Amino acid sequence: MNTHATPSPKAKAIVGGVATDQRHDSAHKHVTGQAVYIDDMPEPAGLLHGCLGLSTCAHGTIRSVDLSAVHAAPGVVEVLTAADMPASNDISPTHRHDEPVLAEDKVEFYGQAIFAVIAETREQARRACRLAKIDYDEEPFVTDVWDIDRKNGKLVTPPLTLKRGDAAAAIEAAPRRLKGTMRIGGQDHFYLEGHIAMAVPGEDMDVTVYSSTQHPSEIQHMVSHVLGVPSHAVTVEVRRMGGGFGGKETQGNQFAAIAAVAAKRLGRAVKIRPDRDDDMTATGKRHDFVVDYEVGFDDDGNILGVDYLYAARCGYSSDLSGPVTDRALFHCDNAYFYPAVHAQSAPLYTNTVSNTAFRGFGGPQGMVGCERVIEEIAFALGKDPLEIRKRNFYGTSDRNVTPYHQTVEDNIVREIVSELELSADYGPRRDEISHFNARSQYVKRGLALTPVKFGISFTASHFNQAGALVHVYADGSVHLNHGGTEMGQGLYVKISQVVAEEFQIDIGQVKITATTTGKVPNTSATAASSGTDLNGMAAQAAARTIRQRLIDFAAERYQVPTEQIEFLPNRVRVGNQEIAFGDLTQQAYMARVQLSATGFYKTPKVRWDRDKGEGHPFYYFAYGAACAEVSIDTLTGEYMVERVDILHETGRSLNRAIDLGQIEGGFIQGMGWLTTEELVWDDKGRLRTHAPSTYKIPLASDRPKIFNVTLADWPENTEPTIHRSKAVGEPPFMLAMSVLHALSDAVASVADHRICPRLDAPATPERVLMAVERLRKEAAK
Amino acid sequence: MNLATDTGKIRFLLNGAEIALSDVRPDETLLDYLRLRRSLKGTKEGCAEGDCGACTVLVGRPTPEGLVYEGVNACIRFLASVHGCHVVTVEHLKGTDGALHPVQQAMVDFHGSQCGFCTPGFVMSLYALWMRTPEPSVGAIEKALQGNLCRCTGYEAIVKAALAVSSYGMAENDPLAGEREAVSAKLAEIRRGGRVEIGTGNERFVIPANVDDLAAVLAAEPKATIVAGSTDVGLWVTKFMRDIAPVVFIAHLDELSTVTETDGTITIGACVSYTDAFAALSSRIPALGRLIDRIGGDQVRNMGTIGGNVANGSPIGDMPPPLIALGASLTLRKGSERRTIPLEDFFIAYGKQDRQAGEFVEAVHVPLPAEDAFFAAYKVTKRRDEDITAALGAFNVVVENGTVRSARIAYGGMAATPKRALAVEAALVGKAWTLETIEAAMEAYSTDFAPISDMRASAEYRLLAARNLLKRFFLETTGAAHVTVSRERAA
Repeated sequence: MNTHATPSPKAKAIVGGVATDQRHDSAHKHVTGQAVYIDDMPEPAGLLHGCLGLSTCAHGTIRSVDLSAVHAAPGVVEVLTAADMPASNDISPTHRHDEPVLAEDKVEFYGQAIFAVIAETREQARRACRLAKIDYDEEPFVTDVWDIDRKNGKLVTPPLTLKRGDAAAAIEAAPRRLKGTMRIGGQDHFYLEGHIAMAVPGEDMDVTVYSSTQHPSEIQHMVSHVLGVPSHAVTVEVRRMGGGFGGKETQGNQFAAIAAVAAKRLGRAVKIRPDRDDDMTATGKRHDFVVDYEVGFDDDGNILGVDYLYAARCGYSSDLSGPVTDRALFHCDNAYFYPAVHAQSAPLYTNTVSNTAFRGFGGPQGMVGCERVIEEIAFALGKDPLEIRKRNFYGTSDRNVTPYHQTVEDNIVREIVSELELSADYGPRRDEISHFNARSQYVKRGLALTPVKFGISFTASHFNQAGALVHVYADGSVHLNHGGTEMGQGLYVKISQVVAEEFQIDIGQVKITATTTGKVPNTSATAASSGTDLNGMAAQAAARTIRQRLIDFAAERYQVPTEQIEFLPNRVRVGNQEIAFGDLTQQAYMARVQLSATGFYKTPKVRWDRDKGEGHPFYYFAYGAACAEVSIDTLTGEYMVERVDILHETGRSLNRAIDLGQIEGGFIQGMGWLTTEELVWDDKGRLRTHAPSTYKIPLASDRPKIFNVTLADWPENTEPTIHRSKAVGEPPFMLAMSVLHALSDAVASVADHRICPRLDAPATPERVLMAVERLRKEAAK
Repeated sequence: MNLATDTGKIRFLLNGAEIALSDVRPDETLLDYLRLRRSLKGTKEGCAEGDCGACTVLVGRPTPEGLVYEGVNACIRFLASVHGCHVVTVEHLKGTDGALHPVQQAMVDFHGSQCGFCTPGFVMSLYALWMRTPEPSVGAIEKALQGNLCRCTGYEAIVKAALAVSSYGMAENDPLAGEREAVSAKLAEIRRGGRVEIGTGNERFVIPANVDDLAAVLAAEPKATIVAGSTDVGLWVTKFMRDIAPVVFIAHLDELSTVTETDGTITIGACVSYTDAFAALSSRIPALGRLIDRIGGDQVRNMGTIGGNVANGSPIGDMPPPLIALGASLTLRKGSERRTIPLEDFFIAYGKQDRQAGEFVEAVHVPLPAEDAFFAAYKVTKRRDEDITAALGAFNVVVENGTVRSARIAYGGMAATPKRALAVEAALVGKAWTLETIEAAMEAYSTDFAPISDMRASAEYRLLAARNLLKRFFLETTGAAHVTVSRERAA
């Protein structure tokens, strides 16, 4: 918000404080095309371009690599292979040493990078890549966990077990029992800006890398590790990403490392921007899961015991699959209390690209599996699934301990669901839909209301820290930097609001600057919905340090007690006089007061003992609920989302406009995951859905016909987070479960709701039609 | 040097500038030109295949109705093909006083951007919409945005912005409206310049002066790649890096861009775009209009041509099945010789069409359905809009006194070529138009078709959905309610 309107010294309130609907700080640049993404930066003279040569074999030993034609191709300057990595050929983010920068003697998925061409132009690099002759001794491969022994398959990382009580005994003793299996598809991030890195060599060991990354510090570490130089030699900068969604948490490492290696080797700047097909083929996605479940319950629908196995397609290496599959287990309860529970993860090795972080980070898959169990119980008892949901909600004073032994202390799921049930008119519409379905032979409607409870914090406790750097210049303008990255979520504007609020200056006086490892070190990924929670507190701390120095200075200079110094909008009251903020900072500068400070924050309370499966991994929970109504065509399986009502809470919101955008966008992205976004691998192990022509994310016309989104205005965070707000990045994604369950409800109507449709995700028109056919056949038996 | 008669240069307008270029490769895309050679970085590459819309720019072209500005995908549009056109990029929208354009201001005020990467493309699509429909319905907005993907916002904010644009300013006050006459005159002058030819060998292309010139060019270079809208050939370059030279660009040829109706037959010139075909066809054959609405996005419909969709012979092209069902014929021309064949005979096998070297598709002749015919075309896809066909069925059935007098049924996505369902037709003709007949005919599909499984659909689903489309068709002819889900929104 770099407007230069002169701050009014008489304003009653500042422009752009907390809890105001500020526009995205870059909105005016987005709409004019002036927002600079890495590919838009002015190019250094002599810039070279890289392209990765990808494997055409899903699993095998590399017998021979002939790159002579690649070398000889027009414009080619260099061809890099694993042997050219100066110090290390490893970019495994969890240090399991299972992820080479470039493949060495074996390939483990179709599309794995084997070499990199560096050429004068991007087109030359792309063309040259295709001239490689690589022979493989092919080995058997597996792409789908469906085809693996899920209990005993090869794992990429140790599994997790959560247990409380004796689930087996509880299920055994339960009046009713059932078990089943659900398949849940993966998801490509489809950020509109693909991966990109540009490395500019410096003197000595130095290199600056511009990377479209959510995790600049990790890019820094990986580049320094591969180059064999200290972290201080590597500076990573990112002003903004054209979308991230988790896909740029670790997946930028490869491009950055190769660009940096080439740049240092050749003494020229090097840029690598894979095209969409390579980006989708060679970078990880949301994990597909197969969930095996068994549940014991009573005739009223109370869950007595439950057992889950969450098996995930992790790909060939661990990447973040450990924490992702852990988080699936952390959300196998969604909002429900299990008197006895046993849940186990199986992070399975497959010959596919290594799957990675994606908004929700396994949580969505955990919750989708859980909601299937709810649905099964409802069908078994002939009850509305909403009744089963409400019956099993966590309590507030009892029935409030999770499978990981954390007590839920801030539970508001009942209030959220009751309010939505009323505002969405759930009961009357349930009746209307029954009547409609009785009359309509071919089009059927369905309705579902699903809750969300999502745990906020990195489960790796040490990531729950952040730093910030604030400079106040003598003229009173403020330079703000912090460790979080901007990927569209509005982090920068929210943090600016926090700093503007501390100093009581208009937000236009606060300049937001590109995230760089040179200003704030050792940062965590902007992930786990934590960007504002962590960086907001760090920036606030930095601002408060400077503010205190200004108070101390003013008290001394004007000889007034500090209690008589108050920050008013764009001015400071010192005793009986008011001084413009910029005047006070000028005076402070002249008096040699340090006007720059760092801030630091670490989340309190969080702890997690993974070996025991016990702890307090989440600082707090975020809650929401959605009610969806759909129509399906039982001749083709095509459908429309007729109406969606959402009630979601973000505590005391810092910026409701930004939060609404996160909720709407998260919901639609989740809906895409559960409906039309389907990843398909062929019998060669090749991903066939690697571009928007084959991979279908939602369009404007896929929006619900009626879309009522409300931010609950009554909750506030029970924990002292930044202005008592709550994280909003991931939780709304899972509101889209309501669409999957509404589709299931519509399908179920063809068999009078007597048979659970067991609709797997994504519920493409094909899956919907096949479910309709199956139910009709079963009902006719 | 008189630029207008310099046949070694392409000429066009770019925002406020006149451009004349001789160093143009036939496969150079408009997007690369803008970004790499002009440093106009507001136009983004998202997919390089015409599906995401991040590269949307407007191209103004003269038509009989005057200068028309349309959104196109710069990523698959060849630079050479904008000869004689006005290219408008997002950088041209800001007022001379630095103020945001109404479309831009609405997008800002309604929080229509998050990461912002798709935003310039959305702005351009909404700009094109606002120029032709200042106060659009939600349906019109959704249609205008079928070719623009946003991964952040969920679109709600963008649609709200689009609904509000007219309150920020009216299209008649837009700078482009003021420049209209001057631009038209300049483009007309460029287009009077005659044939353009540049380069040799694999850098050669020709922009013929007129259709006779095209015939002459192809006679001399029968293996030239004919490029009209480049919605297919563009991908040969961006995705497969195929060499396509020599290239003949034809989209500008007025003689191939007309739609006429004579004695119950509509003749569509090979270069008529989907957008122009929609305008001409939707009133005469409404089912075709509804189908065209589901082909690509606006950008693809503005570029892609009916002739190209036929000539490329794709088994998943959307126009051939309904045209075959209607009994369309095709005129091919070589030099001054023409031949006209039934469209269905044109498709010989996968990737093989009955087109000789040097021959080009000149026009498609589409008989209107008989007055008493039921005609429909249904496209089944994973995502409703801007998706490639899993199965597409077209039905042209005449029922007389309750009995089927004639039936022409054709499908796409079910075989290696667009294909008639002859066994299904035989199971219908002469039979009573009843559900029993339909259900019996549904058994005949496995005689006609053995579809494949791929990333779009399984063979099983294709066959099942294809059969059910016949049932849907029957139900609709009987006026049954609630046969398909409606996409209409409540007002």
